[in-house]
Formats: sequence, structure tokens, C-alpha cells
Amino acid sequence: MLTLPLDAWHRARGGRMVEFAGYWMPVQYEGIIAEHLWTRTSAGLFDVSHMGQLFISGEGVEAALEAVLPIDLSTLKPYGPRYSLLLDENGGVLDDLMVTRWNSGFYLVVNGATKWDDIGHLRENLPDEVTINHLDDSALLALQGPKAFAALERVVTGEYPLSALTFMKGGQFKIDGVDAWISRSGYTGEDGFEISIPAADAERVADLICAQPEVKPIGLGARDSLRLEAGLPLYGHDLSPETSPVEAGLLFGINKRRRTEGGFPGAERILREIAEGTARKWVGLVLEGRQAAREGATVHLGAQQVGVVTSGGFSPSREQPIAMAYVATAQAAPGTKLEIEVRGKRLAAEVVSTPFVPHRYFRGA
Amino acid sequence: MTRYFTQDHEWIDVDGTSGVVGITDYAQSQLGDITYVDLPAAGTAVKKGDAPCVVDSVKAASDVYSPVSGTITAANDALGDAPETVNTDPEEGGWLFRIDLSDVSELGGLMDQAAYDAYVAEL
Repeated sequence: MLTLPLDAWHRARGGRMVEFAGYWMPVQYEGIIAEHLWTRTSAGLFDVSHMGQLFISGEGVEAALEAVLPIDLSTLKPYGPRYSLLLDENGGVLDDLMVTRWNSGFYLVVNGATKWDDIGHLRENLPDEVTINHLDDSALLALQGPKAFAALERVVTGEYPLSALTFMKGGQFKIDGVDAWISRSGYTGEDGFEISIPAADAERVADLICAQPEVKPIGLGARDSLRLEAGLPLYGHDLSPETSPVEAGLLFGINKRRRTEGGFPGAERILREIAEGTARKWVGLVLEGRQAAREGATVHLGAQQVGVVTSGGFSPSREQPIAMAYVATAQAAPGTKLEIEVRGKRLAAEVVSTPFVPHRYFRGA
Repeated sequence: MTRYFTQDHEWIDVDGTSGVVGITDYAQSQLGDITYVDLPAAGTAVKKGDAPCVVDSVKAASDVYSPVSGTITAANDALGDAPETVNTDPEEGGWLFRIDLSDVSELGGLMDQAAYDAYVAEL
């Protein structure tokens, strides 16, 4: 088990530490529901330093990355992160990730549980001239919520104001003299920022941000319920080598030029699925009553099983259980009434469009 | 009335052959925010170690095991609208079900308060 740069900081603040992605991480501080609602109404600081931060550079890096990702780098402007997918030869999902163009290469943020496999896969599939630098001396924080901007603006300095960043834009700033790469992005559906800083300065920066009255530290439990309400997939649960990005509705991760040209792993299947459709789709479900359906619960239409839940739980914002599931395309339309089997009981559920809670990204004043 | 505890963090108050079952404060603190309780129906026959009740938290669903064998006589229906009572008052108002014990000798295998406190202190 590994520890994060902020391990002692979490423990000192009462974080209940659990094992996640090979690290000790805080699942909660004061309670998942309170932390969840605090993030939706104010601002929460999340330690996501378990995620892999990679810098990929070298001769021919652009073409080399396009050979492993379905991304169109010719349309990727500097400093703005873009969502992409690491796919296997069958079009199954190995990971989902963010790609940002920096001056001399590309900055990737990949999932914590998959980062070692990702590095191996990239090393195997990128030419020798392309270097993969694992930025494992960097910490990564996410500040999320409607008051994230007000709190962060107070502590950052830079060549231009923080307000210059709109959703999915990034830039170099300083926080109390510490170099910080900041992008306006996150995984809660709220406005917010992701902040990469040297691990050695992580405690000082986290202290300063949490000293702002809008901000509390938030654990993994609320991170999961927030992303579920936002209808965002969690790798290893909603996405896996057994799922295709077309089934999952992640077409925005397969850029337009690549949908016609192909030339990425799994392109044959994925281009066919885009043209012909898929047998199942990833959809949102709202359950009647208060009992939650969780990963692995089966979805039914009468006697017939038509799907399986990949993420589910109680939505603190809606005060009702919600779930994401792969269901047969014939049953995937919003309004379809289905049942989910939980501990031998059938719970009534209805397909709904996602997100369950509207996104509130800042796209400009 | 005597209170006994299980290693799975249930408590049972026993008066003659009637018992009241709930989960301990330690259990609720480990489960976190409780959002739903699946309560057993009166008349259900259970054996010691059966799970007639399920407590749902934001994180996970957890079985509640019956500390004794017997017949369920009532459930705490007030938890339907207020499952969070199991968090705020786990060892009184957050009780889960009443049971008519069929074999009081099973109580011999349970812990008293002092033994349970010592058990939790070791966790």
C-alpha cells in the first residue's frame, strides 16, 4: 500500500482512510451526504493525487499519440484539456483520460488504478523517440463547487486572471509562490478546477485553499456520489475492456476526423458501431422508493433480463436512488419502465436522460 | 432487561423471551449515512445468524444478522421516513425489529456491554 503526499494531512483532519487504487485515501471526513451537499452548494477540495500524471514528448509525438488514441490533435489548442480513451484492439476501453497540449508535448491525466498498465501499454505502443515521463513527484487536487472560483481566485496569481479560464481551459499560475498547473475542469458536474502542484508543496497549498471559508476537504465517497449524479462514468465499473465507448455514449471522446479516417485501436468495431448502432446502451435509471441498486444488479423487463447496473447508489441531491446501467437498446429510451433485482426483490425503475443533476460548468460570462 | 452484543455489532435487549434488536453506535459510525432500512415482516421465522434486515448506506448495503432464533413480532416502521435515526440514535430510537426468542440459551454465546466495549477497542 502506498501513501499520498497528503496522507498525514487527511488523517489530521479526521479523514477515514481506506484502500483505493493501491493507496490509502480518505473515504469521508464528516459524512458523505454532508460533504456531497457542501460541494454542490459551496466548494470541496479533493485529493486526486493517486491519478497518473504523464508528460509525453519527443519527435513525432503527435502522430504517435493519434495512433493510440481516437483524438484529433490538429484541433487541440494549447492548454485546454480534452477527454479521450485508451482502447484495445477490439475497441474495449483500457482507460479514460484527459489530454492537454503543453508547449513541448502532451500532459495526460489517467486513472489511478490503471496508471501502471497505461504506462506499459503506451510504452509498448509508442516509438522509442517518444518519451513518457511519469510526473510522480506532482500532487493533483480538485476544487469543485459553485464557490470554487471565489475561493481559488483569492489565492492565485498569474500572468492573467483566473477568470480567463472557462470550462476545459488551463494555464500556469502560482499559489503562495508554488507553481501550479490549473485547468477549469473536474468530475462532479460543478464548476471547478484541477490543480497540479509539486508533491513537496501539497500540504501548504491544501492548507491555504482549505483556509478559505467556502472550502472543506471532501472524501472519495462524495466524489463517487457527485460523479454519479453528473452521469459521468467511472473506469473499472462503467467502463472496461468489455465495454465499447459507443455503447457508453462517449462519442465526444472519438473526434470527428477520426470517425471517418479511423487509424486508432479498435477503429473497425467502433466505426461500425457508430454507423450501425449497438445492441445495448449505457443509460440512467431512477428507482422508486429509497432502496438503492448497486453494481451488478440485473435489470429486467418482465421475465426477461435486459441489462445490468454498473454504478448505483442514493443521490443526496435528489434524495432518491439512482443508477447507471447497460440495457438493451430497445429498452434504452427515457421513460421506459423497467425493474431492478436487489436481494431477491424487484424494484421499479425508469430510464431517464442524464445527468441526474444539471451540469453547471462555467462556459463564459 | 439485559442487553447483549454480537461480534457483528448488533445489540439485543432481552426481557424474558422478548427481544429488541438494533445495530451499535460503532456499526452506524462505520456504515456512514444510512439512507434506507429493509425491515422484516412480522411473523417471519429466523434462525440465529440469518439476515432478516438490510441497512443501506450511501456506500453499501449491509446485512443485519439476528443475534438469536425466533419469530419477528414487529419492525420499527418509523425508519421508513427517517432511516437516519439509525445514525443519530442507534441504540434506542433506531431499533430495527422485535423478536420472540425460541431458545434463550443462545444468549450465552453473546457479549455483555463490558466485553463488547473491549472487543471494539481492539478493532
